[in-house]
Amino acid sequence: MKSFDYIRATDTGHASAEAAEGAVIIAGGTNLLDLMKLEVMTPDALVDITRLDLKQIAATDDGGLRIGTLVTNADLAAHMTVRTDYPMLSQALLAGASGQLRNKATTGGNLLQRTRCYYFYDTATPCNKRAPGTGCAAMEGATRLHAILGGSDQCIATHPSDMAVAMRALDAVVEIEASTGETRHVPLSDFYLLPGDTPQIETVLRRGDLITAVILPAPAQGVQSYTKVRDRASYAFAMVSVAGRIAMDGDRIGQASIAFGGIAPQPWRDADAEAALVGQPATRETFARAADILLADAKPAKDNAFKVPLTRRTLIATLTDLCGKAAS
Amino acid sequence: MNTHTKMDAHHVMDAPDHRNRLDDMAQGILGTTMDRPDGPLKVTGTATYAHEDHPAGMLHGVLVRATVPRGTLDGTHDAAVLALPGVRRVLHGDRFLRNPAQGTANEAPVQGSREIFYVGQPVALVVAETFEQARHGAQRLVLQMTPGDAVTDPTADDIAVERDPDEQSSMGDLDKAMKDAAFSVDQTYTTPGHTSAAMEPHAAVAWWDGDKLTIRASAQMLKYNKNEIADSLGIDVRDVHMLAPYVGGGFGGKLGISPEAVAAALAARDLGAPVSVAMTRRQVSEATMRRSETVQQIRLAADADGVLTGIGHVARVSQLEDEDYAEPVTQATPFLYRGKNREIGLELVRVNATCAGSVRAPGEAVGLTALEIAMDELAVAAGIDPVELRRRNIPEVDPSDDKPFSSHTLEAALDDGAKAFGWDGRKTKTTDGDWLVGSGMSSAVRVNMIGESHARVTLNPDGTLLIETDMTDVGTGTYAILTQIAGEMLGVTPDRITTVLGDSDLPESAGSGGSWGASSAGSSVFLACERIRQEIAKTLDCDEGDLTLKDGIATAANRQVPLAQVLGDAPLTSTGVIEPGKTSEAVRQATFGAFFAEVGVHRVTGEVRVRRMHGSFAAGRILNAKTARSQCLGGMTFGIGMALTEAMIFDPRDGRLVNGDFGEYHIPVNADVPQLTVNFVHERDPWANPMQAKGIGELGICGAGACVLNAIHDACGVRVRDLPATLDRILDGLPEV
Repeated sequence: MKSFDYIRATDTGHASAEAAEGAVIIAGGTNLLDLMKLEVMTPDALVDITRLDLKQIAATDDGGLRIGTLVTNADLAAHMTVRTDYPMLSQALLAGASGQLRNKATTGGNLLQRTRCYYFYDTATPCNKRAPGTGCAAMEGATRLHAILGGSDQCIATHPSDMAVAMRALDAVVEIEASTGETRHVPLSDFYLLPGDTPQIETVLRRGDLITAVILPAPAQGVQSYTKVRDRASYAFAMVSVAGRIAMDGDRIGQASIAFGGIAPQPWRDADAEAALVGQPATRETFARAADILLADAKPAKDNAFKVPLTRRTLIATLTDLCGKAAS
Repeated sequence: MNTHTKMDAHHVMDAPDHRNRLDDMAQGILGTTMDRPDGPLKVTGTATYAHEDHPAGMLHGVLVRATVPRGTLDGTHDAAVLALPGVRRVLHGDRFLRNPAQGTANEAPVQGSREIFYVGQPVALVVAETFEQARHGAQRLVLQMTPGDAVTDPTADDIAVERDPDEQSSMGDLDKAMKDAAFSVDQTYTTPGHTSAAMEPHAAVAWWDGDKLTIRASAQMLKYNKNEIADSLGIDVRDVHMLAPYVGGGFGGKLGISPEAVAAALAARDLGAPVSVAMTRRQVSEATMRRSETVQQIRLAADADGVLTGIGHVARVSQLEDEDYAEPVTQATPFLYRGKNREIGLELVRVNATCAGSVRAPGEAVGLTALEIAMDELAVAAGIDPVELRRRNIPEVDPSDDKPFSSHTLEAALDDGAKAFGWDGRKTKTTDGDWLVGSGMSSAVRVNMIGESHARVTLNPDGTLLIETDMTDVGTGTYAILTQIAGEMLGVTPDRITTVLGDSDLPESAGSGGSWGASSAGSSVFLACERIRQEIAKTLDCDEGDLTLKDGIATAANRQVPLAQVLGDAPLTSTGVIEPGKTSEAVRQATFGAFFAEVGVHRVTGEVRVRRMHGSFAAGRILNAKTARSQCLGGMTFGIGMALTEAMIFDPRDGRLVNGDFGEYHIPVNADVPQLTVNFVHERDPWANPMQAKGIGELGICGAGACVLNAIHDACGVRVRDLPATLDRILDGLPEV
């Protein structure tokens, strides 16, 4: 592990200012410290924000929920409002990591998890995300974990978060404080960037930006769930996950909000697939059509072709379940 | 008796011992669920594992890995690393271990850091004042390597195949038997590489006092390990003192010494200070032992009643060059079932990948798993209940050489397990919500053996007891069972017994491995105690057989004497020695069992969850019902892992292990393991050893995966022949959603 300076932030301005100078923000450290030990990340300085007053979960004026960036995954999953009004989020959190990790991991940190691509972690291999311009070892290598949607010929790594997938389906907004002191709000839909030719740039965050909260809009109508499919029953990243919300309008689908994990470089949503559901009867044909649209551009690698049928099946089963519950 | 008496008791196992002496004892602690004496230390974090007792002034070393699969190391840019804060030395050279020593090697493995044979081979050590500094230096050390031609795909069509004549056997005409069979199976099964996955990573702390080396290590077999260290360093074994009082799991990965131990010793000598070298999880995965992947062709021929007329089992495994070990896949096939026509073979190919060696029941763990899937396929083909099929195929004698079995308990285990599991009323081809539910079973078998083992037992005048041997406790319960054996024999309560293990200066034991530790070390303690009993009997003027020892009181005829009075003021010390003898060859010795599992297969995703699992096992006398059960639970858990999740993934381009951590190498977590139940079937095997006990450490994994895989077939009709049964291997066979 490369030695580094440690700075304890006194307030958000201090944290942002240090980050603007190049310090990497640390909260739970459940991912960052591992990456530093492996020297996948080698910051010269860390700015520790864990003593800042960013741990609240509070109702917003418009009926939503403001989640402080330091709220732990465990606390967020257990929060009564989250459990009742945003159950997919609670389910997603509990589907992630382990009890010990959820006690440490924070909301903002969870959004910024790095990929679990095998080659990203092995510094002796080329990786455009870790070392831009070196190439991608995964492309022709072991690709069970990798993306079938949204990848580029520079990178096919997936985003590992469960929480972010649910937040994507819930239309969450990220609250960001810049080192200028200015606060801006970025919808999660705009927060992540596709790899393209710059897989090392994963979000719209700029140097000196500090995530201070994630804001959920007022609870939406309908029934929701989070389904995670994985290689073992716990402590494994999603092969595919589906965060879904369905509201019925009579015997037709009124609203559909569906996000996917494990298959793309970011929590994935497909507006066309959702549009193909709305206004349609809740039938297998409708669900299958949405799946066809979602997966039309799927580009599996050597080892992950199974994710196409797996995603399709999981989506159809999720929609069947949600529509059934929403109708009753 | 007022003189210090040293009495050896040397027994060669040349004849069966039908006396069952331990059944005559009075203390009543052997076979109970007695807690481990070392348990409180372990749960309070105060047991000193290899890396948990730091001598003053200790420096930290971190190994540097080769990053090409074959080639030469032409140079290392040491100067840049030596300039980093805290870095004291960069070492490499001819004495570095290329890979670990194989179990019981008793000599150095291939050495040298100049030639590279696999990605992950340790080629240098960076020593610094802190672990972090050393790790940083290791990360930054630039290696000048000239890549050579590597073989990284063991399945390549043009790969050279070695066939050791001793591993090939043929009887009758299997081709004809297959042709004439009423029912037959001819399938190929594959298993991936497995890592030992002990919780404690390999680590060593070494220091020198003049020419004397002391090394705290995580090691399973000190008697061999000290010679391996001495040979690796080119020093006299009498100058090597190894300490391994607590070992956080071995699973074969610590049978022989591995690169960190020699690197620590070299660095400590060079720097004149204690040096620790602890491997990271990735280093353990890359630079200690892997179980080879296997490709197994199995042919079964049976008559109309399901009685086997032929068995073919030909396996291909891989290994690094200059290593002899080949995963003994077919080890149990020759004697498990009937069938006059046989072809059994083992093929070896050479690859540039992590050294292959003993990992978690080498041989049967993967070989029996494939064979037991094939047996299930035969049961389905023949329409015969799988338990009944196995019953019909239990041989009278070892079919390969007509030797009698020392004891045969497969039928008893099958019956006991079927009853305990409720096989007749099992869930089969049914559904529970989104889960397709089915049941499966498999047989368990493991060869049984002992190794030469010495232990010293001292009965002190105050009635306390000291047991000393270089035997290790790798989490298996050695401290408990040796305490129980001696306490039972000499009538001493466990609180008055001290068991000292894991010190190479103590009498040499067989060590832990191959399920022989309890039988071997236990027998040596038994023999020493028996000798002490004889001495007590002599003093009391009675036959040893008439002597009752309980709670510190000796009873003979109508006399009751406290042991302290019998002894006078001198301790009684005896060294017991057990040696394998003619019983190893005269009979076929094995442990047997049966596994039963109920699984659910998710109808949408193909995810598999084991819903319940049972094992019935016969392993001779059970020495501690709790630790023996725990061994079986661990084996069954690893069986679930083998069936469903565990696989070392090697990049075919350069043989690089890509999933060298527990995030991506999936051993089962709690949520994968349902309630497991274990029964022991009564057995006393007089041919095994004077305790009539047999190995239990590995039996629980041998064939365990097959019951899960067979249950998957029962649940959803998908026959998984390529392990593990991850969801992608099931998905295609599931009905449309």
